[in-house]
Amino acid sequence: MNAIEAADVHVTLGGQPIVRGVDLTVPTGQVLALLGANGSGKSTLVRSVLGVVPLASGTVRLLGEPLGRTVPWQRVGYVPQRMAAAGGVPATALEVVVSGLLHGRRLRPPRDRRARADAALDALGVAHLRDRRVQEMSGGQQQRVLIARALVREPELLVLDEPTSGIDVPTQGSFVTALSRLRDAGTTVVVILHEIGPFAPLIDRAVVLRHGRVVHDGPPPPARGEHGDADHDHTHPHADPEPPSEGPDLTLEVTR
Amino acid sequence: MTGWEQVLALLGSPLMQRALVAAVLVGAAAPVVGTFLVQKRMALMGDGIGHVALTGVALGWLVGTWAAVSPADALAVPGAVVAAVVGSVVIELVRERGRTSGDLALAIMFYGGIAGGVLLIKVAGGTNANLMSYLFGSISTVSTGDLWWTAALAVLVLTVGVGLRWALFTVSHDEEFARASGLPVRVLSMLVATLAALTVTVAMRVVGLLLVSALMIVPVAVAQIFARSFGRTMAVASAVGISVSVVGLVITYWNDVPPGATIVVLAIALYAAAAVTHPLLARRRTVHDPHPDLSDDVLVPATGPGCEDDVPRDPRPGTSAG
Repeated sequence: MNAIEAADVHVTLGGQPIVRGVDLTVPTGQVLALLGANGSGKSTLVRSVLGVVPLASGTVRLLGEPLGRTVPWQRVGYVPQRMAAAGGVPATALEVVVSGLLHGRRLRPPRDRRARADAALDALGVAHLRDRRVQEMSGGQQQRVLIARALVREPELLVLDEPTSGIDVPTQGSFVTALSRLRDAGTTVVVILHEIGPFAPLIDRAVVLRHGRVVHDGPPPPARGEHGDADHDHTHPHADPEPPSEGPDLTLEVTR
Repeated sequence: MTGWEQVLALLGSPLMQRALVAAVLVGAAAPVVGTFLVQKRMALMGDGIGHVALTGVALGWLVGTWAAVSPADALAVPGAVVAAVVGSVVIELVRERGRTSGDLALAIMFYGGIAGGVLLIKVAGGTNANLMSYLFGSISTVSTGDLWWTAALAVLVLTVGVGLRWALFTVSHDEEFARASGLPVRVLSMLVATLAALTVTVAMRVVGLLLVSALMIVPVAVAQIFARSFGRTMAVASAVGISVSVVGLVITYWNDVPPGATIVVLAIALYAAAAVTHPLLARRRTVHDPHPDLSDDVLVPATGPGCEDDVPRDPRPGTSAG
């Protein structure tokens, strides 16, 4: 069975075509990296596959079921890029992780919620932050809490949107360890990455998006030029990329 | 009369008994809904609904006049319930579509609600004075029938709001994640909106439509200063709501001041006191360094105690004495 079967997916946001005819099939147990420049439609593609943003056309099946109420949502975990902008009410890491135990068929958390949330926080090394407000945490700590929220339901399909953006190097290493443990347990992983970096040994397959279309599907492509060197010092200022040749290249954030 | 006898007299008055029960119920229910609204950054939604409910009151009055029911305002509360629920659902739909900003939609609701109410009450043969008790509350005139309405709606709001708090928290905290979990986001958002509408009509008799939102929001503002968790915020806000409602009501028993305004002023005074005293209390408590102990990738000389690096200080002259 395939974890994700997406056929001819088109997504339009604010009148602009963001994803333009993507076919993506991810077999169970595969670790797939979704690569591409900022604004290439990576995040929008995974959001549409998970039902967060509506499809303009195309079909999506998750874990064998068409997108909708019949999908076994308790087996799907999603880690968004950032923690949602905080409202005026504090919430602890424990509460955020417990909210990951809710899904389409469960509107109230199970009785053993505390034990399960504790275990998930512990696995990410943030058990000591359990009763702290998430609003007061650093970006890396918030990211770990978000991953714990996705893992607490023990998903078979895990989708991560740039889990290492703005994260320090040691923490990235611990993410790689966590991911390899999941892969060994047979979890299907789709991870959006800006650059493969420390994830390289884990990745089975890479899909590269450019202007909302798939331009590469296969083994991870080598990074461009000198960026691939192991000792490449990644601190020089990046020049602005060339303007796109076909159509406007937009990044749209859907908030609320 | 001693103080104790005065309290007994207060509790013995049937009018005061009804008013106290209404105050406790409204004080407990309003902040529960308010917690979700504040988290969704829709603190002003209660105001929008309150204004729309005024049109509902007038509409109920108009229908009552046509149907020749007596008293003329017998249908005012049902009218307010209907208008408030419809208004809240419209606000939620507009917000979801994202075509008009939620802010602008709310503004239009505010003006439309007041204008519609004032216009319709005139058509119904009433005067603006009739609207005053709805605008500013008249808890001292709560009848037994009103009390049953209030009690039933407040219990409904409390049951749904507390019973489904985890689902409503998940949707209010991170709508995107809730969608990716297959939660019925739309239904749950509508539920919060409907609960807010019911709360507005419940609290209408106690604090009045213009101040309804204050009883939903200000206790939450007080609670979030102290509480660390969402659940605690909700519980503390509810306790604050009950306290200010009861204390405000008791004050009006001995002093001739309007109850709604007294309750709201009390709540805001509590917020001000909490906001001023909390930093002083918190400063005494903080002892540990909140920064995680991780290695960064740069070599810098130590600048203060607790910031030592395992690298000798920069020996070059000129860097220490600037």
